[in-house]
Amino acid sequence: MNELLDQLEAERYELFEGPAYHFSFNRRQFLKAFSGGIALIVPMSNLVAHTLQQEQGESGRNRSNERVPDDIGAWIHIDESGTVSAFTGKVEIGQNIRTSLAQAVADELHVPMNEVRLVMADTDLTPFDLGTFGSMSTPRMAPQLRKAAAAARETLIALAAEQWKVAPADVRIVNARFVNHDASKSLTLAEVAKGRKLVKTIPPDVAITPARDWTIAGTSVPKVDGRDFVSGKHQYTTDLKREGMLYGRIVRPSALEAKLLTSDTKAAESMPGVVVVHDGDFIGVAAPDLQTAIRAEKAIAVHWEAPGQPGNDELFDYLKKNATAVSRGSGHPVGSIADGMAAADKKLSATYTVAYIAHAPLEPRAAVAEWNDGKLTVWTGTQRPFGVRNELAETFHIPEEKIRVITPDMGSGYGGKHTGECAIEAARLARGSGKPVKLVWTREEEFSWAYFRPAGVIEVSTGVKNDGTVTAWEFHNYNSGGAGIQVKYDFPNQNIQFHNSKSPLRQGSYRGLAATANHFAREVHMDELAHAVNMDPVEFRLKNIKDERLKAVLQAAAKTFRWGGKKTDGRGVGIACGFEKGSYIATAAEVSVDAKTGRVKIERVVESFECGAIVNKLHLNNQVEGAIVQAIGGALFEQIEFKNGQILNGKFSKYRLPRFSDVPKIEVVLLDRKDLPSAGAGETPIVGLAPAVGNAIFDATGKRIRSMPLHGSGLSAA
Amino acid sequence: MANVTSLNVNGKKLRVDVDPQTPLLYVLRDNLNLTGTKYGCGEARCGACTVLVDGQPMRSCVTPVARVGEKQVTTIEALEKDGKPNALQEAFLKADALQCGYCTSGMIMSATALLNTNPKPTRDEIVKHMNGNVCRCGTYLRILNAIEIAAGTAKEVAE
Repeated sequence: MNELLDQLEAERYELFEGPAYHFSFNRRQFLKAFSGGIALIVPMSNLVAHTLQQEQGESGRNRSNERVPDDIGAWIHIDESGTVSAFTGKVEIGQNIRTSLAQAVADELHVPMNEVRLVMADTDLTPFDLGTFGSMSTPRMAPQLRKAAAAARETLIALAAEQWKVAPADVRIVNARFVNHDASKSLTLAEVAKGRKLVKTIPPDVAITPARDWTIAGTSVPKVDGRDFVSGKHQYTTDLKREGMLYGRIVRPSALEAKLLTSDTKAAESMPGVVVVHDGDFIGVAAPDLQTAIRAEKAIAVHWEAPGQPGNDELFDYLKKNATAVSRGSGHPVGSIADGMAAADKKLSATYTVAYIAHAPLEPRAAVAEWNDGKLTVWTGTQRPFGVRNELAETFHIPEEKIRVITPDMGSGYGGKHTGECAIEAARLARGSGKPVKLVWTREEEFSWAYFRPAGVIEVSTGVKNDGTVTAWEFHNYNSGGAGIQVKYDFPNQNIQFHNSKSPLRQGSYRGLAATANHFAREVHMDELAHAVNMDPVEFRLKNIKDERLKAVLQAAAKTFRWGGKKTDGRGVGIACGFEKGSYIATAAEVSVDAKTGRVKIERVVESFECGAIVNKLHLNNQVEGAIVQAIGGALFEQIEFKNGQILNGKFSKYRLPRFSDVPKIEVVLLDRKDLPSAGAGETPIVGLAPAVGNAIFDATGKRIRSMPLHGSGLSAA
Repeated sequence: MANVTSLNVNGKKLRVDVDPQTPLLYVLRDNLNLTGTKYGCGEARCGACTVLVDGQPMRSCVTPVARVGEKQVTTIEALEKDGKPNALQEAFLKADALQCGYCTSGMIMSATALLNTNPKPTRDEIVKHMNGNVCRCGTYLRILNAIEIAAGTAKEVAE
């Protein structure tokens, strides 16, 4: 069991919480859509079954009713009209997985992209899925769908061969048509599928096409459904409307952890069309239009009792003070720190901090909930539709079979939409009002009632020889997490630990998890060590790297950046490299710092990235650029300010996000390794920017930046 | 104040019956089913709700519907002609200038307003004009590229 518990990262705190509410009142059939044609079913591979066990064992929720419904991991259906549908529980959040998974299917089936339709994230139609996080879709889901498609191809070929009374080896698929050996006969997919009703289970060892033989995967296919997004036609959860639907609004507590003392809902209840639902500490309203719902919510008088709580000015002491000895996510010590320190010419200790930051996806949490004959349907923007179904089942005490969660392609999440509170609230209002209810969180609610990227304190003590060999590496992360904490450097003596703490704010997953914090501390510290022994930061890193892939990205970034070039006054350069979730990254940055105002501007960034075989260069470039831009916020200015359970800067006029004018010149260098399996790419490209920028600021000013964002340094990026 | 009973949207005079203080955003989305215009922040700080009012870019989330009066409102839904994307929409696709797409309507409407008054803006002019629009996915460079493609000033198309 412990082995299973160690699989998911410890800082996915939101998955360990209980459900948002305790209310007082009281399988799917995969092939429901299957009426004819040919279906190919991928059994859960050991890997996925394993992941499921983790979810059931680890989340801390009562998962007893979240059983594996059957052993299907993914499936493909070819209907009698020849349309290929691939079914997956993954969610499209802007990472373009809808496009890249369709590429995998089209590639394996030898049909054009436009013949493949992906059915995603619908708990009634798609196989169980743990969630869209952890950069797992490309390395795990794509091979599953490829297996299904490969088996479909072989099945169809066998059927065509049978029809023609030839050997299967004499039949090929060319551009979505089956042809015989001399191309004298041909059949379409529809002609082969017509009149069939065939369900086949795919053995796990079906061969899939290696990357070097890909024809559709590996190319820059444009975003599937792109037209719907540039025309405003795509319907996000926030855009949905149901017959007779009401608009919801929630009465929020005065502060985090506040308890309801008294309430008076009479005035709201007397408003025409308004329904008030009061259940425990939950008070919400539903009304025929949003403006009425807002008026009703404001008409409810409430008194809350809020406990005193720490503020961000005392945060880092608080996290240290409440830390545990060692937590899971820590590594086993390697060698001996004492021996390593004894062998060192120089020793260095430093403390690094990272603030809480918000995901701030532009589409806030939203849900539309509808009850029909005891069955609940919820459309909601979540990265875990099956997880949300489970939360709903627990909260409303109904079996999962009576709940359907559907996630329309969403206005992103960045790790922030793993939980189901908005879905639960909408479902509670729908239950209370007897009508479908839409609930869209306000931006302010997003900032106060969702969860944040954990803040953290990181203490690093190291020893180094004058020749640049790092002899001892002691690294303690308090609260922020264990992702990316292990080193790819070749350090002989290591003690690397993650310590849980008590968090004053609700915290959880964020794009890249703690890999950003741990890379920041590690790569800034590496820069400090390089300076301590008077070595060039690139040369110093290379001295401590044996891993060829890490070396390759570092050298690629340095080369494109023209590292080691002439220094300009008021400017500085910095570099960082690392590894996480199967992919390698190096980031080089040039900054300018205004001598008078201390204003920092990132002028130029080069990032090299290697994630195995590239599936879609266009969208990969887009992902890497986007991660760099998002990282600017955490590096320079994003930070949650709070006191006594209140978020003090929880709106866009107070919380600074990266904007057009913040964006530097960006060059992305992608290393395509067709000999390696594809890793996910949505997260790791975010980890290198902050340390590269911090190191560049040091190069420009001599001021060492040890905090994310910049503060206490006299510098700013305002 | 009396309720607002009609609005000129996308070239049509449409009947509504809404409180005059209701932000234009919700009238478009909830009453007229024009959901391409998005809510992002409710305080004119992200641009997701941008529409044109008599050709000027306006943040519909903070514009009381009474203030619109007889003026012409243009939303993202009006841009396609004969079921085909216009040049700017095509340019967004070409430059892959979106990820989740939630900011895209607002971006396109803001850029439309810019190109209407300044058909060949410099990059600095584009940045200045667009700086109130947020793309949390960080596709800014691609959006700049898209606007330049539409303006015919792009040096290259990003891969």
